Amino acid sequence: MASKLRILVPVKRVIDYAVKPRVNKAQTAVETTGVKHSMNPFDELSIEEAVRFRERKYPVEDILAFSAGPAKSQDILRTAMAMGADRGLHVVEEKTELEPLGVAKVLQKVVEEEGRNLVILGKQSIDDDANQTGQMLAGLLGWSQATQASKVDIEGDSVTVTREVDGGVETLKAKLPMIITTDLRLNEPRYASLPNIMKAKKKPLQKKSMADYAVDTGKRLKTVKVAEPPARQGGGKVEDVGGLIGRLKELGAL
Amino acid sequence: MAATNALRYDVLRVYKELLYLGREYPLGFENYFRPRLHKAFSAKSGLQDQAEIKKGIEQAEYVKKEIEALYYLKRYRALKQRYDKPS
Repeated sequence: MASKLRILVPVKRVIDYAVKPRVNKAQTAVETTGVKHSMNPFDELSIEEAVRFRERKYPVEDILAFSAGPAKSQDILRTAMAMGADRGLHVVEEKTELEPLGVAKVLQKVVEEEGRNLVILGKQSIDDDANQTGQMLAGLLGWSQATQASKVDIEGDSVTVTREVDGGVETLKAKLPMIITTDLRLNEPRYASLPNIMKAKKKPLQKKSMADYAVDTGKRLKTVKVAEPPARQGGGKVEDVGGLIGRLKELGAL
Repeated sequence: MAATNALRYDVLRVYKELLYLGREYPLGFENYFRPRLHKAFSAKSGLQDQAEIKKGIEQAEYVKKEIEALYYLKRYRALKQRYDKPS
């Protein structure tokens, strides 16, 4: 029996990829105030893939975009809906930065409440680069998972995923329900154009709070220190071949 | 005259869409993209012929696609540089 796809796509609002992050004075985090934010690029790939499922005439029932975070995450959900998600769910969390496990726990509840059978996540966010949420969610739900997907095909209940692994690709086959995380070469995300963003304002966006889910999202990790990478050291010039050989020997390269 | 007015909204629409796209232009919006866009449109503001106006709109749509592709490539390359293992 071919089941309808009820897709959940979680998205995260992160500092824009083109912005150079600055460490704050106290060396506890990266400066976020007054910095341009946008949707995590890997999440754009997941939205695009979900929308393409529909365009490829897969039986997509609906695509739900989800985001947990401050009020401004709404803009990201609007972008997701402009790209083709049907509705949005925003869990407001102003104060604390959520950790992957906390998000995975909330996502587990959302999956159960909304009756989802396919979750497509970005493989990692470009701010904390944890690469954990998808895997943790799969563990909590006990579902199959295919991470770093570069190609996805669905036939009835079975999903074939090509993954990028070290030195090649791996093809997995699993049954729905399942978790997929996206890699860079999965597709080419479309641009959320102005008319589509306008149209997306009419799409339903539900707002909830952390308290509605009653899960423990407390901090388990402590950031000890955040520091800039060391500045690149300039190269040096040598006089002649003898100087070069001498220098190489000095450095132990010969 | 009425038919020209009908096209007027198409021109305005595509101008607004381009303005929106231009906000993220790598070379800058205020000092680069906007004046150039304005110049390109005002250079053709005298067009009276329907077919020529339509051609202009088509060209604008083409530029729109080009800019979208530029943004995609720019982001793809940045991410590839940061996240792909060197091969």
